[in-house]
Amino acid sequence: MLITLTNINKLFNQGKHDEFHAIRDISLQIEAGKVTCLKGSSGSGKTTLLSMIGCLSRPTSGRVTLEDEILSGLPERFLTDIRRHTFGFIFQKFNLIQGLSVLENVMLPAYPLGLNHKELKSSAQKLISHFGLDRVLHNPVEWLSGGESQRVAICRALINDPRILIADEPTANLDSWLSQEFMGLIDELRQSGKTILITSHDPVVFDSPIVDRIVEMQDGQVVQN
Amino acid sequence: MRNSSLFLLFLVAGLLFILMTVMDAVSQQDMARESLKRRATLVSELGLSDLALSTEARYTRHLSLADRHSAFQDHPTSFDHFPSGSIFLPPLHLAND
Amino acid sequence: MIEFIRKQAYLVDFTLSSLLRRKGKNFGLLFVYTLIVFMLASVMLFTHSLKKEAGIILQQSPEIIVQRLVAGRHALIPADYIEKMGRLRGVTSKKARLWGYFYNPVVKANYTVMAPDHLVLTTTEVIIGAGIARTIGLDIGDYFTLRANNDTFSFQVKDILDKHSELVSTDLVLISQKAFRVITGIPEGQFTDIVLSVRNPREVRKVAEKLVQKLPDVRPVLREEILRTYDSIFSWRQGIVFVLLVGALMAFVIFAWDKAPGLSAEEKREIGILKAIGWESGDILRMKFWEGIIISLSAFMLGYLAAYLHVFYSSAVLFEPVLKGWATLYPQFRLVPFIDGLQIATLFFFTIFPYVVATIIPIWKASVTDPDAIMR
Ligand SMILES: Nc1ncnc2c1ncn2[C@@H]1O[C@H](COP(=O)(O)OP(=O)(O)OP(=O)(O)O)[C@@H](O)[C@H]1O
Ligand SMILES: [Mg+2]
Repeated sequence: MLITLTNINKLFNQGKHDEFHAIRDISLQIEAGKVTCLKGSSGSGKTTLLSMIGCLSRPTSGRVTLEDEILSGLPERFLTDIRRHTFGFIFQKFNLIQGLSVLENVMLPAYPLGLNHKELKSSAQKLISHFGLDRVLHNPVEWLSGGESQRVAICRALINDPRILIADEPTANLDSWLSQEFMGLIDELRQSGKTILITSHDPVVFDSPIVDRIVEMQDGQVVQN
Repeated sequence: MRNSSLFLLFLVAGLLFILMTVMDAVSQQDMARESLKRRATLVSELGLSDLALSTEARYTRHLSLADRHSAFQDHPTSFDHFPSGSIFLPPLHLAND
Repeated sequence: MIEFIRKQAYLVDFTLSSLLRRKGKNFGLLFVYTLIVFMLASVMLFTHSLKKEAGIILQQSPEIIVQRLVAGRHALIPADYIEKMGRLRGVTSKKARLWGYFYNPVVKANYTVMAPDHLVLTTTEVIIGAGIARTIGLDIGDYFTLRANNDTFSFQVKDILDKHSELVSTDLVLISQKAFRVITGIPEGQFTDIVLSVRNPREVRKVAEKLVQKLPDVRPVLREEILRTYDSIFSWRQGIVFVLLVGALMAFVIFAWDKAPGLSAEEKREIGILKAIGWESGDILRMKFWEGIIISLSAFMLGYLAAYLHVFYSSAVLFEPVLKGWATLYPQFRLVPFIDGLQIATLFFFTIFPYVVATIIPIWKASVTDPDAIMR
């Protein structure tokens, strides 16, 4: 098993009057090389769960295991290291850094690794041209269309060659045609051996034949697996 | 060219220029030996005691010869008439005792 | 090692790219900061070189200048004071001098008029400082007039003092003693002050003490006091230097004020993104460190270099109006560049260190929080 969640709980504002129990005792296993889709209504806790899997935040209680390594409880430096090499993120709002060029945005996750600049640049360029963005290579990202932005975000998620790709509502800002195209790209990545985790309430995503498994959530709990 | 290479270039150029100012200073000091001597000769011939930086008031023209009252020509609490009076520190032998 | 250097290069890449996004703001900041460094460095270079130069050339000033004080004012000294002084051990010569000030209302210039006895001048000859010659437009052979007591006295310019010595002689008017007495009305037997030469510098203080005992109404001004006066000529605690320092401090406070309340939402979000895509808190702090270094180091280098050119290659034009005040005579002089390494190092430290700290501190908190906020 690639990722194992055991009795995960997440409380926001713990101990305060507005305490909120966002994730309730979830246990879940995610297999390598598959596309898993977290489905559920708004506010059901999908993003929260995803951020804990991707080491962007810590569970209040419970344990996250990556292969045999227990992630919850590791100090921040180790978490960053794991995040860097294991996870690639595609965010709902793309979260590209405004004002920087497409190329710079794609190279950004590799900066702290101190790689050879020529090699890094050429691998970034290769990725960008693979996703058909040659034309906008040096444009600042705020000139891009939604679909282009998303492809830049995918490139950025892939630059460190992560094993697991995490996409939170990747199609929320795309029309159905672009969403379809996105699923095509996901399929391609799955075939290259990546493990993919998607959250969505978009039928284009969870009805897609590419998705191997659907986990349905409600009020911070898994209701159907 | 990469930003960091540009910055490095800028840094090196800046350092070189700073080094050049030091070398320039040393060489100018060498060259000025003669004219410094001439100035010193004039000082000794005429018995000069001060720099002629500010000629507007006698207590800044001949700073070291100023007496305790020359800055207050009319009244002990009158304002300093002359801008240069606010720049130069009064001579230490007046300030100290 | 190579990895470390590459990493820093990447961080600089990013920092510069992101600084260039707000070109106007950041170049403005750099400009203002450079200006502050420029002013401070100019003052430092100027005052240090001036002090050095004064220390060298005023080394030749008289060992002791004896003034007479009457009612707190510098008064004429009778010639018989020389006899009254009697024999002072170690004094090799005593010389009474005649000099004074002269205001020319036409050109609104103050002259220092001297009647030196080592020069042979007829009553109608004059030697003038180069500053006067330049300001009035006089040449050798031209006529120079002094107006006093409703009389006009005309002199022929015999010589103009060396223009490389303007720093000490720009406003000098040298005439004969006879002419001096006629113009000023100082009677025979009265002088401006008395100059003593002392053989052994260690005896100077002793001589001065004895002098005051013998003649209680005189005030001796020692060469060492002159030198000390010029060594502390521009104090940090007053005048223009103080104004500059306060200005610099205010600018810095405004800057810190702008930064201190925390980061803008946008900046926070960017830090979140960087962390989410794999940057450590340390990387973000390092990146901010470089941002501080880039701005402050650039400001230091540009400011210092501009100050060097300003002080030593443009004769410190910006200081001229300040030193000149209401005067119209001002010496043209090229200072000999003396650089005080410690002073420059101090400036370097105070340019770089506070700025870098002020850039990093507000980032500290943002860089250690969990980055999951950007997912919403
Ligand atoms: N920092 C926080 N403090 C308090 N409550 C929070 C915080 N973050 C999230 N929540 C709450 O946790 C719940 C789950 O949020 P989450 O973002 O995981 O939902 P989601 O399933 O991703 O919804 P959507 O489909 O709309 O993105 C929501 O009710 C939200 O209000
Ligand atoms: Mg969500």
